[in-house]
Amino acid sequence: MSSFTLDGQTVTFDAGQTIMQAALAAGIYIPRLCYHPDLKPHGSCKLCTVKVNGRQASSCTYQAQDGLVVESNTSELNDERRALLQMLFVEGNHFCPSCEASGNCQLQATAYELQMMTPHYDHFYPDRPLDASHPDYLLDFNRCILCSLCIRASRDVDGKNVFALSGRGINTHLIVNAASGQLADTGFSGDDKAAHVCPVGVILKKRSGFRVPIGKRSYDIRSIGDLAEPGES
Amino acid sequence: MTAPPKLKIATTSLAGCFGCHMSLLDIDERLFDLLELVEFDRSPLTDIKHCGACDIGFIEGGVCNAENVHVLREFRANCRILIAVGACAINGGLPAQRNHLSLPSILEEVYHTSIGLAPGNAIPNDPELPLPLDKVHPLHEVVKIDYFIPGCPPSADAIWKVLNDILAGRKPELGHGLMHYD
Repeated sequence: MSSFTLDGQTVTFDAGQTIMQAALAAGIYIPRLCYHPDLKPHGSCKLCTVKVNGRQASSCTYQAQDGLVVESNTSELNDERRALLQMLFVEGNHFCPSCEASGNCQLQATAYELQMMTPHYDHFYPDRPLDASHPDYLLDFNRCILCSLCIRASRDVDGKNVFALSGRGINTHLIVNAASGQLADTGFSGDDKAAHVCPVGVILKKRSGFRVPIGKRSYDIRSIGDLAEPGES
Repeated sequence: MTAPPKLKIATTSLAGCFGCHMSLLDIDERLFDLLELVEFDRSPLTDIKHCGACDIGFIEGGVCNAENVHVLREFRANCRILIAVGACAINGGLPAQRNHLSLPSILEEVYHTSIGLAPGNAIPNDPELPLPLDKVHPLHEVVKIDYFIPGCPPSADAIWKVLNDILAGRKPELGHGLMHYD
């Protein structure tokens, strides 16, 4: 069977698997925000950047090959990942104490895992109004990190194309694909894949936010890097 | 053998709610252990009004008015190590939720146009009151901060861990369970 080494550990893989997929199957955590095992990789958040034979690459898009030497959990890469997280935190409004997703948020949990004690940079404090038009779901764009998971889920799984990214560079933002720009005027529903892939607190089910109290949520119980068993995503 | 000189700690709350100070007090009987190693200078706990030369400054709350800036600079000028404690000190927190609104529009709504105001109500302009800043800022946007303890508030255990790390000369670290932003 083909294999590569990840931080010195031998990882076997099936033909066609990416480094990320092989690592997950082996129960090894590589930090990530825009990767979801059920969706096509996007390679945009760059949290999963590893060194492959000494050169940086996104592990979610890089095909595993026999004999590769991959480094992931190094202080150099983790310092760069922490800087990416800090930029995500200051570009949006991530006020965790008031966020329904706190404790279930992958951005927050990844920042815990990488020991982000401070956002370090100057905050942007952008003005991003909410969209509460839909009867069952709320969109809080303040927390969007542009991972595009909802876009890919809605387009590739739900076949609805409810979400899109608009603008360029620092002006890139998530939009809703309706003439009014309102979620209520799309075919979005709670049964959609797109309703369940947001890694942060943008797409929120109404009237259920605090059923599980803060302190008893997913990443309060275990750290995001603590994969319960090999193959768990 | 004489005991080593105690380290001096100053504490203050700027645009905060004193929740982080309550969490400091929540270290409970460990306060006795702490007081073997440190003594408090300027702090709401001592009621000393100005900071002398200190080893550690413990600051909760962000910077929302001119007085906050003066106090923060006094701490920076006098403390060898400054620690930003809690969400507000680190990212502005709750007070910073006004940052996407203009200050005049907020004052106008609070003191002129909101319902239930007494007749003749006006925006306060007593010279004793510090002027609000246009935006609320975390501490590190105003002075250099050496260490950060996240949380709203950080747990007593998190504060205890960081203080102990610093007192022992270690880089402060918070493992899973102690690191919280909420």
